[in-house]
Order: sequence, then structure tokens, then C-alpha cells
Amino acid sequence: MVRGVLEKALRDRRDAGRKLLVPYVTGGLGRDWLEVVRAVGAAGADAIEIGIPFSDPVMDGPVIQRASAEALNSGATPSGIIAALARADAGVPLVVMTYYNIVFRAGHRRMARTLAEAGVSGAIVPDLPIDELNGWGDEASSAGVETVLLVAPTTPRSRLKAICARSRGFVYGVGVMGVTGERASLSATALKVATVCKEETDIPVLIGVGISSPEQAREVIAVADGVVVGSALVHRLLEGAGPEGAAAFVAELRAAIDA
Amino acid sequence: MSIGGELMRGPERHGRFGEFGGRFVPESLVPACEELEAGFESAWADPAFRGRLDDLLGHYGGRPTPVTECGRLSELLGIRLLLKREDLAHTGSHKLNNVIGQALLAERMGKRRLIAETGAGQHGVAAATAAALLGLECLVYMGAVDVERQGLNVFRMELLGAEVRTVQSGSRTLKDAINEALRDWVATVETTHYCIGSVMGPHPYPYIVRELQRIIGDEARAQCHELLGGSDPDVVVACVGGGSNAAGTFAGFVDTGARLVGVEAAGGAAMTNGVPGVVHGMRSRFLQDEDGQILEACSVSAGLDYPGVGPEHAYLGAVGRAEYPSAEDSEVLAAFRLLAETEGIIPALEPAHALAWVVREAGKSIPKGSAVLMTLSGRGDKDVALVRKLTQ
Ligand SMILES: Cc1ncc(COP(=O)(O)O)c(C=O)c1O
Repeated sequence: MVRGVLEKALRDRRDAGRKLLVPYVTGGLGRDWLEVVRAVGAAGADAIEIGIPFSDPVMDGPVIQRASAEALNSGATPSGIIAALARADAGVPLVVMTYYNIVFRAGHRRMARTLAEAGVSGAIVPDLPIDELNGWGDEASSAGVETVLLVAPTTPRSRLKAICARSRGFVYGVGVMGVTGERASLSATALKVATVCKEETDIPVLIGVGISSPEQAREVIAVADGVVVGSALVHRLLEGAGPEGAAAFVAELRAAIDA
Repeated sequence: MSIGGELMRGPERHGRFGEFGGRFVPESLVPACEELEAGFESAWADPAFRGRLDDLLGHYGGRPTPVTECGRLSELLGIRLLLKREDLAHTGSHKLNNVIGQALLAERMGKRRLIAETGAGQHGVAAATAAALLGLECLVYMGAVDVERQGLNVFRMELLGAEVRTVQSGSRTLKDAINEALRDWVATVETTHYCIGSVMGPHPYPYIVRELQRIIGDEARAQCHELLGGSDPDVVVACVGGGSNAAGTFAGFVDTGARLVGVEAAGGAAMTNGVPGVVHGMRSRFLQDEDGQILEACSVSAGLDYPGVGPEHAYLGAVGRAEYPSAEDSEVLAAFRLLAETEGIIPALEPAHALAWVVREAGKSIPKGSAVLMTLSGRGDKDVALVRKLTQ
């Protein structure tokens, strides 16, 4: 099997001994969001997850809900965000995260091609579990877009095997039972999910949801290949951190997992 | 194929009704949906479970509910109008049929916490009632707009020992209450049963709720036979929010020659103005913009203020077995008054939509002399204050 751009980039870095950091930025949040993407790329991200906001984000907690609503209110659209990503020049692979209705409405083939043409390497669609992947999964693959699948703390082992085998780019281990959002401490489930995924697969395993601080990131990478950090960064952006503030936080995370 | 011979039985593989339905949920919820599917299949096949459900629906819930033949209104409209009286069931609507079943199922699966969403508050009240009856914990999510317009039902739920949590996100109505309930469930699924209020959501919910509501249609079929000298009605009509009272009603008549009509609110007419999409775990029809962002529904009746519709209705519409017109707020308010004045029954605003359609079509697409069965899904107490405000 030919490995995609995202998976290859992450594998190469991991195999060279580096732990992986994937920050999440809500597309269309603030006029300077593309600057934020570039700044995050330059501050030590190994790939960047870009949220395409949806009106009804059921996997998201209050921070990303608010960011999505602000972006939509200021006129953000899926096509506008994807077009902007074509000019991002972030220096690392880009992965979009959105809900299935956005993909379904655009049409599988059209969405896959649009993403590929914009240079987006991967897609995360959290309300599209492996059983419903048909249609999108194949169109994405043939356009060269890697669909990252999620593993939850409740996923039984046999299902987890199938998910790891079908996931492209990396495996996204959901660290807690719950929606995105900051947590005071690392959930015990994060390490458990990381451990079982690592036993099943050689593709990079990243843990996301509830990783809020450099300390928590450090704890998780004792087992996982890397982390996805969303709400903690978006919360700073909502408070006006801007590209510089975002870069500073990402640099902090980088330093913690490199230490 | 005989008319409807294959319709409204089990869903197809993966919970599909044709292209609609399915299970589009975050991975965290997949095992719970599978557990629920297996749990329902075993309960539904278990005579002890069915016996307990029937006993509660009868001795506690007041079933069977009667079918009332309207005298004055029938004469006025030139048809034979029969009302299936779900307004007379305990808690004042058909919602109890569903929640008693789901609460018993939750108990059987060892889940002692119920969460629910509510629009008008009728499903929330019913869920709180079932929780009180079985000694379960109950949390109800309700949009801030609905808390405002259905304040009495909020207090009812609290009297019944439930907690009501006001939802401030999005359009602050039913769809946002569902989002919040799903977010809760993602975090608590191991101890909590999501008691969904209509024939919607991920598989197996649309199927479970239809099966629990088919008692409406099964009873009505037999009652109509008695009143109509062994015949079925010519037209069967019910209002559609998510579509549970309509699905339960249609299930009893889908294999007859009756014309099946589900009436939506004009401001939430997902069957007329919606397009296929995937939201709240199901593929169905939704009001949405060209990017796939979901639009807000807007109706005088909180219970029909939903931008989507249950997947089986999308299917019944697609194959032409049922039709789904809509009714405007103004016709609905007129129908609300008409039923009160001519029959001494104050309906909920939701079924007043079904009546508005009957009034509009009587003597037109409903030929004079037709026998029309309409499900009166709930009583109007909750809406009286609002109607007073709107009409003064
Ligand atoms: C009396 C009544 N009828 C109908 C509905 C709509 O629900 P459904 O379409 O699921 O029957 C509601 C919802 O709150 C209701 O309270």
C-alpha cells in the first residue's frame, strides 16, 4: 500500500525519535486565522488540524462550539476555508476536521477533490464511524485524502483492530469519554487507549480530546506517538492570543514533549 | 407487492429505511447503540417484558385510549372525523407510550440514569414521569426559547423530581437540546440511557420508538373497524415533529388502502423544504443551507420546531406511501379554536396542525363523506397561555 503524505510525514518523524504534536485551529475564526495556522506550523507542529465549522457540533464542548459559532457568524464557509488552505503554506501536512453533513452536502467526490486540490492531506469526520465509512472512504482514498478514524475508550478490541487497519494518516485515540474541552487532569483512559492502539498498529497513534496542558501532553507521550491539542489552543485564540500567542503556546507544548 | 406489505416492519441492515436511517455517531457511542439494539430485541421478544409494559400502559397510563367520532365538526366539514384520543393518556400525550418502554428497557439494561431532550416539554414530562415511577434519575435538556414558552412544563418536570437543564447554544430550541443530550451521553454512556423522544436519532432509536408507539395505530385500527362497520378509514392523519405519533399511527394502517398524511409545521417542514442530510445520528431530510449548515425551524408549536424528520418518514415519502404537507401558524390557531368550540376538546398545538390540514382539505382532496382518522396526540393545557397571548 502506498502511504499518504500525512502518514509518511508522521511516520518519518516518529521513526526518527520525535514525538508528534498536532494542534487544532478553527477555520475562519478571526481574520488572521490563516496567519495562526502558519505561526503554529512554524512553532513546532508536525501537522495541523483545521476545523471546518458546523452548526451542530455534537462532539465539541463549549470552547469549540463558541469558536465554530463565531466563525460561522463572521461568514466562514467550507469552500472559503478550503480555498484559503491552498494558500496556507504551513510547512506541515494539513488535516481538516468536520462533521459528516458538510461532506455529504458537498458530495463525497467533490469534497475529496476540493481538499486534494487545496493540498489538504487528511480528514477527520467524527460522526462517521467505520460502519458508515462507505462512499466517503473510497472517494477520499482515490483522491489521496487520508481519512483518520477514531478509537474511543469504549471501543471493543475486535472493533479497534478493524479501525486501526482502516485508518489512514494516523489513529486518533479519544482520550476521555466525552466531548472536546479542557480537563484539569489527564484521564486514566487516555493511557489505556494509547496502550491498546499501540499494541494493534504500527501507524502513528495520537491521543486527543482533553489534552489541555504541556504536562498532560508529556504524560500521554510516554505511551502514545503524539497528541492533538484543540480546546486549550482555541480558548487562547478566543481570548485574542493571535498568531503570536498561538505560536507561544505551541512552542510550550513542543518543549514539553521534546524534554 | 401488496400496498405497504414490506413497510414499517424491521429496518433493513444497518438500520436503513431505504437510503435513510443508519447510525452516524461518534465512535464512543457505537457500542451503546449496539447494546441497545440487542437489549431491545431481547426485551421485545420476552413475554414478561411485554406483559409488564402492557400492564403499566393500561393500569397506569390509561390505555387503551378511545376513538371519538366527532359530531358537530364532522357535519361542518362534511366528512366522518374520528379522533384517536392520545390527549387522554396519562401526562396528556402519546409520549408516555415511548418513555415507559424505554425506561423499562433502561432498567433491564442496568442503567439507572435517564437523559432526555424536550421541545414542548411533553416528552420531558413523560420521561420525568417514567423515571419517578421506576425510581430512576432523570435529567432533561430544554432549549432556552422553549423553557420560556413552556414554563409550566418545566415546573411539572421539577415536581416529578427531574432536573431541567436550559440549553443556551445554537437556536436554543429542540435541535440544540438534542445536541446537548448527545454530548452528555458521549460522556456518560456507560451508566446512562438516552431516552430519545421521537422516531429519530441513530439506529436503533427510530425503530424502537416506532415499535413502542405502534400501539396507537394497532388500537385505532380495531376501534375504527368497530365504528366503521369493519372498514378502515379512507384517510389517516397525524402531525409530524420528529414523527413518533405519526409513525405509531401509520404502523397500524400501512397495509390498508388508507391515504396516510403527516402534517408538519410550515416553519419546520423538513419533508417539503428539507434536503437529504446526516444529523443527529441519522440520514434523513433536514432544513439546511447549501453548505450543509442546519437552519432553525420556526413554529408556534415548540413540539414541531425541529428542522429534520425521522428517517422512516423520509422513506415513506420517497416511496410514495405517505404524503407530508404542512400547515401555517394562522390555520393552526384557527383549528385549535374550532375543535374547542365544536367538540369541547382543547388540543395541543401540535395535533392542531393535523386538524388544520383536514379543515383545509375537507371537500377538496378529502372527498365529502370520507372517514378520516386523526391522531389527537396531546391535550392543549400547555398551550393555553400562549394561544391567549397570541390571539389577544
Ligand atoms: C402533543 C404532541 N404531539 C406531537 C409532538 C411531536 O412529536 P412527534 O412528531 O414525535 O409525535 C409533540 C412533541 O413535543 C407533542 O407534544
